[in-house]
Amino acid sequence: MSVLEGIVFFIAAILALGGALGVVLLRNPFFSVLALVLHLLALATLFLLLHAQFLAAAQIIVYAGAVMVLYVFVAAYVGNVEESLTPSGPLLTLAPWFAAALFVELVIAALGTGLSQINTEGATVPAGFGAPAQFGELLLKRFLIPFEAASYLLLIAAVGAVVLARRRRGLEHLD
Amino acid sequence: MDVSWYIVLSALIFCIGLAGVLSRRNPLVVLLSLELVLNAGNLALVGFSRMWGNADGQIFALIVMVVAACEVVVGLGLIVAMYRHRVPIDVDEMSELHG
Repeated sequence: MSVLEGIVFFIAAILALGGALGVVLLRNPFFSVLALVLHLLALATLFLLLHAQFLAAAQIIVYAGAVMVLYVFVAAYVGNVEESLTPSGPLLTLAPWFAAALFVELVIAALGTGLSQINTEGATVPAGFGAPAQFGELLLKRFLIPFEAASYLLLIAAVGAVVLARRRRGLEHLD
Repeated sequence: MDVSWYIVLSALIFCIGLAGVLSRRNPLVVLLSLELVLNAGNLALVGFSRMWGNADGQIFALIVMVVAACEVVVGLGLIVAMYRHRVPIDVDEMSELHG
């Protein structure tokens, strides 16, 4: 059980890291989108290992499905502009080094923490942990206000996207 | 697997995404890198939720996914608007905020 879990974890982790590196390092934005799909699928596997079944399903359906289709549409609409990966300014050469320094700092913070449970597999969880039933109960009882706020946020974002992307007639003289 | 493995993996993905946000010039790829950052946050939330045996962190992760979807919709709308106005699809070219 534990060995199998470890094997699945490392395969999913390597795929997730490969996808993440692909997003950042590939020159064609279309291939970046495909690398992100790979990353999201690997992340859904990790969610399953962490007993978050509903979240894994939502990740695949909402993210790897709907959101990535939106990206593919826009990448095809705008056209594939290949960009060179050489930094455009002296400050930008520092970006990877800044990220590496932040990673070292985060790892020191995570491994040097006083949380005693972080080096265990976590608490024993009941049978329905992370299942849709538990999600529904939490969303409609304890987290009702964030749930409603999220629905308003989605409505505002949908209206905003329509307003941003529509053809503006009568505003051409401003260009 | 220990929870610390997931946290370290999440930190690594976060930093890769951060490097992408800081160094790429195509706004589409900047948005994709932002997705990496948000997903790293999700992984850490779910990992800690597993650690405590408490599903609140998973609700947080679901809300983060909602926020990410909103951000994608508005960001892609901006890119389409840039394309319509024949602004070059390059974040370095966008030095003024007027449309």
